[in-house]
Amino acid sequence: MNAEGSATSGRRGWGGIVWAALVRALMTFFLINVAGVIASVVVSSFATRWLGTWLPAGYTMRWYGSAWDEFQLGDVLEVTVEIVLIVVALSILIGVPAAYALARKDFPGKRAVTLLFLLPLLVPPITYGIPLATVLYRLRLGGTETGVILANLVPAVPFVVLVMTPFIEQVDPRLEAAARVFGARLHRVFLHVLLPLLAPGILAAGLLVLVRTIALFELTFLVAGPDSQTLVVALYYSVFAAGVRATQSIDAMAVTYMVTTLVWLLLALRFVDPTQLVTRVKREAR
Amino acid sequence: MPRDNSGFRELRLDAISRRFGGAVALDRLSLAIARGEFIALLGPSGCGKSTALNCIAGLLALTGGAIWLDERRIDGLPPEERGFGMIFQNYALFPHMSVRRNIGFGLAMRGVGREEIRRRVDAALALIRLAEHADKLPGQLSGGQQQRVAIARAIVIEPPVILMDEPLSNLDAKLRIEMRSEIKRIHQELGRATVYVTHDQEEALSLADRIVVLKDGVTQQIGAPEELYARPANLDVALFMGYRNAIAARIEGVEGGQAVISIGQIRLRGTAAGHPGGGDATAAIRPEDFVLGPGPNAVRGRAETVEYCGRDYLVEFLTQDGHRLYARTETRVRPGDFVEWHVPPDRVLVYPSGK
Amino acid sequence: MAARELREAGLDRTVLLTVPGVLLVLLLFIYPFAYGLFLSFAPKTGGIWANYARFFGDERLYGTIAKTFWIALPATLLNLALALPMAYQLRRATRLQRAVTTALVVPITLGTVLVAEGMLNYLGPQGWLNRLLIDLHLVAAPVRLIHNYWGVLLSLVVTGFPFAFLLTLSYVTGIDPVLAQAAATLGAGRGRQFLHIYLPLLAPGLAITFCLSFVQAFSVFPSAILLGAPAGPTRVISIAAYQAAFEDYDYSMASAIAMLMGLAQLIVVVAVLGLRGVFYRGPAAGAKG
Repeated sequence: MNAEGSATSGRRGWGGIVWAALVRALMTFFLINVAGVIASVVVSSFATRWLGTWLPAGYTMRWYGSAWDEFQLGDVLEVTVEIVLIVVALSILIGVPAAYALARKDFPGKRAVTLLFLLPLLVPPITYGIPLATVLYRLRLGGTETGVILANLVPAVPFVVLVMTPFIEQVDPRLEAAARVFGARLHRVFLHVLLPLLAPGILAAGLLVLVRTIALFELTFLVAGPDSQTLVVALYYSVFAAGVRATQSIDAMAVTYMVTTLVWLLLALRFVDPTQLVTRVKREAR
Repeated sequence: MPRDNSGFRELRLDAISRRFGGAVALDRLSLAIARGEFIALLGPSGCGKSTALNCIAGLLALTGGAIWLDERRIDGLPPEERGFGMIFQNYALFPHMSVRRNIGFGLAMRGVGREEIRRRVDAALALIRLAEHADKLPGQLSGGQQQRVAIARAIVIEPPVILMDEPLSNLDAKLRIEMRSEIKRIHQELGRATVYVTHDQEEALSLADRIVVLKDGVTQQIGAPEELYARPANLDVALFMGYRNAIAARIEGVEGGQAVISIGQIRLRGTAAGHPGGGDATAAIRPEDFVLGPGPNAVRGRAETVEYCGRDYLVEFLTQDGHRLYARTETRVRPGDFVEWHVPPDRVLVYPSGK
Repeated sequence: MAARELREAGLDRTVLLTVPGVLLVLLLFIYPFAYGLFLSFAPKTGGIWANYARFFGDERLYGTIAKTFWIALPATLLNLALALPMAYQLRRATRLQRAVTTALVVPITLGTVLVAEGMLNYLGPQGWLNRLLIDLHLVAAPVRLIHNYWGVLLSLVVTGFPFAFLLTLSYVTGIDPVLAQAAATLGAGRGRQFLHIYLPLLAPGLAITFCLSFVQAFSVFPSAILLGAPAGPTRVISIAAYQAAFEDYDYSMASAIAMLMGLAQLIVVVAVLGLRGVFYRGPAAGAKG
């Protein structure tokens, strides 16, 4: 243990040591089981035959080929990439300006607007997904890619707003004032002063939305049709219909999904603190 | 449970040290603090003064040395068993407790009865003159009031030693002077041993019985304020004590106990700190020790800038061979004027260079 | 001039930047909710309350509320009970803290569907967990952990605990450790530092964490189908709503169920946040005694 961080110099006593050990053991136990859950998917996807033993009888890559064909993974991936990229781009375009206004201005109704952006993050997707899907089907957008994109924007835009607002708040407003004093017009202030300063925040917000959108199941599930499924929905259907296909084939698809998600997560973690994935309400709560 | 230490004679620091990784934050500080004594730990930020305080409090473990309270060694005890009162830089008042509960917290932890707590907290509230704010939360108080609550919270447990970590640094200038007198008054009323950390030499000089000057974790000098002010042990202490002019000089010789030095073409007599051999030295002179007008030990130059400071003027002048010096005078001087000063030899401190 | 009046009211052109975002939320979130509420009172047959009457008249429907609570409440309490001591233990910014938080982000990111598939393998009768239990002679036959109540509960722990942990951690690290040091110098040992300083200051944050965790658990959907017994003990309310909409094509009934689901969540959230107010003010007011 590093002594710098320790609050007190006193010995912890047996109670403290046992308690600390217990907490660590529990955490380790949890993480081992999570690792087991994930590893069993990975191992199974490479297994020739895996029944009643610790490890499979042999290893093969062929399930990836069959999953690719059986589930039309090529098409699904294409749709996923398309939807996710459009959602990220649109949520940045809509969310960052709104975050800027919320960070910089005090205006009547600001609290109401903030609450409005908070609500879609607090209400679970399945709760508002059913009415939303109903509306989208009435508008004949149900089952289309447009509908899926619109549905995914509902949590994505507020997320960008809530990540970006504190980020913009900590950029010194005097920089913009200075640029304007030196004669820069508003759009040039934005382009030459604000954008470079905000780039890291936008990048982080974009990556977080990307990861969240890939993994967002409920909304896409409720709105998507056969041609507008994302990877996670296709995975759900294949798990749901387990027994029709070989488990290994489903697992090969699950690994494909896992890799797509984790690559972006790893990239995102280079720029953001892990807690940022969940702690968007922290500021409001204080 | 902290035991009752109020009858102690002295708190002794025996070569206490603290390292962080490879860096030495505090190097073998030794000091005996008598009951009722007011000690100031003085130095720039990062000098180890807060480290020393946290070590005494028990918030940091020592990496060397020992702390004794009379015959009892206490450096292995956690803070809650030392029973010292501590006042933190940002006060560290508990935001969810009223002023009364904050002040009574230490007593409650000691298992003191309700009535007794009430009585003693009332007395403490009277001492800090905040009786009417007893039921407010700390967030509803001004900075100065919060400071007083922090003091009350620390003294109500009647600790043998009170530790203060830059308690005035978050207050504005006027309030700082007010609270300084308040701290002095409370100290005189209660007579607790106090260890006070500050970077402000004025604070240290006005409050302390003895001052410990630290730099880079190393003790530079321990002494009474007057002693430090008049005879800083080395150049670093001198600079900290307001010797604003530090001039590279050569020691030419020793005459009648005084060092004769040359600064370019200027020759001055000064008081040597340490053994003046020959060779390079630094002369330290306080701006207020210069006297305007001709006399022995003269320095001449041309005034560059003049700042009016109310009571007097601060003159920045340039000597013929380009030394920039500061002097204070009550006489009006204009920029560009030719000025002649003299300085008493005992106010010119000569520190031989290179140890 | 109108423009000036608007400016004086604090509205200038910058505020217009919020318009697209606000419109999006209004049209795709608020409007569907309102529409759903309206639709729920326009049933296929019967009077305006017919859907609600049917819901509370049919055990297969009203029973889902109790079933959902019976899964969501234990899961939430368990997650919080695990998250609080662990977050408190890891409150100092160490490399361990960073490693654990990073590891815990993974199950959250992967989401419920993948976790469900993994748990089907891992917890199944042939899975590693049962294999280990049998090899250690802790059980004689495989324990049934999937396609029942326990599968759903465990899946809510696997994704819900990391969420509760990360949220709690952000609250714990927001408390200045100097407060605990101050308490220590006043004679409070570790236990009492937690009890008197950390716990009261954490209470509002814990209430928020409870609400968010509960709302998520209450809307459990894919894992209740994939890991549970969706026809029996884990037929949660979201399944009922989904079936009404996409199997019976009764959008009116589905909306009614969705509204009830939202209402149940709202009641719990309001209750807990109300409780938070009492709890938070308690210690401060109690100082008079």
